[in-house]
Amino acid sequence: MPSSAAEPVEARVSLVTGSSRGIGNAVARRLALGGHTVVLHGRTYESAAAAASALTRDTGAKTDAVHGDVADPAAVADMMREIHRRHRRLDSLVVNAGIHAAAMIGMMGSETVERLFQVNAIGATHTLQSAASLLRRGVAPAVVFLSSVMATRGSTGQAVYGATKAAVLGLTRSAAKELGPAGIRVNAVAPGFVETDMLASLDEDGRAERVRATPLGRLAEPGDIAAAVAFLLSGDAGFITGQVLGVDGGVIL
Amino acid sequence: MEHLDRLSTVFRGALGLAPDARVDALEYRSVPQWDSLAHMSLIAAIEEEFDVMIDTDDVLDMSSFAKAVALLEKHGAVVSG
Ligand SMILES: NC(=O)c1ccc[n+]([C@@H]2O[C@H](COP(=O)([O-])OP(=O)(O)OC[C@H]3O[C@@H](n4cnc5c(N)ncnc54)[C@H](OP(=O)(O)O)[C@@H]3O)[C@@H](O)[C@H]2O)c1
Repeated sequence: MPSSAAEPVEARVSLVTGSSRGIGNAVARRLALGGHTVVLHGRTYESAAAAASALTRDTGAKTDAVHGDVADPAAVADMMREIHRRHRRLDSLVVNAGIHAAAMIGMMGSETVERLFQVNAIGATHTLQSAASLLRRGVAPAVVFLSSVMATRGSTGQAVYGATKAAVLGLTRSAAKELGPAGIRVNAVAPGFVETDMLASLDEDGRAERVRATPLGRLAEPGDIAAAVAFLLSGDAGFITGQVLGVDGGVIL
Repeated sequence: MEHLDRLSTVFRGALGLAPDARVDALEYRSVPQWDSLAHMSLIAAIEEEFDVMIDTDDVLDMSSFAKAVALLEKHGAVVSG
């Protein structure tokens, strides 16, 4: 069936967690330009609402905003209740909110270890669990998780972050199996190095080293990741589920 | 009582029970049809029928027909009595 025939006429309702900035914001922008009604999200009301109004101003798209710490299950449940109240359903969910920290093994404090798991792995789990019933009401519903090359390839200093992102791949695969019969597709993208606040701590040497390690000879722009996410959410990916799409310029080769 | 009839119909449909099956005393896992897979279908069907959203904690707690009635009352989806 041609994908255009499968597209719903009504605008898709899409939630992108962690879309106040960075990759999530680029995904939100891409979906807004594609005609989605985008629900933006950040930790605070201010960051989410500001991003939503900037997106509406720039694209003319309908946007909405919810906020809350994804590590807090009550906050996530509140977010989903708001979406239920205002939109009744979700057609797409992008589980993107995340944090990064690097340290050699034996040198990461337990608070940092716990926070990384709380936000990246447990937060992603809360988000999927709480959104599942909204997705069940969606049209051609699809989920994309943000993992990382650190989950699949690993690197010095990235053991804990990589483990949290590997947890996301575990979620992706089992959720794809379990939710497939309900018509919900679940995939992940695994970016390499992306120019966002998350890479802000890299010095010039670190940046140059990563560029050298990438066959395509540059770091990713957030828009590179957004294009892959938009594809996985679209009807063009209608028979793709449980997959991990590397968007890494070949850095894993 | 209309909401009880609606809820009974949802239970019978989601659990694949006979149209005349009694459900008001039903408990989770008391019949083979109400297993964990069917539980999620039942939750989805209740949400759809009564236009509510059920939290994960309540999903776990909804272990009988009576608890489902109480849950709907909590959501204001039905008026008791
Ligand atoms: N940048 C990279 O090189 C790279 C590579 C591979 C994978 N990734 C993954 O891609 C995703 C986005 O990364 P990014 O580079 O765009 O990061 P970023 O620029 O630091 O933005 C992070 C976003 O997540 C939100 N967020 C952080 N912690 C949160 C929490 N506890 N609760 C709710 N929201 C929270 C932030 O909201 P506030 O604005 O409110 O803080 C912000 O919107 C992450 O999952 C990351 O692991 C990034």
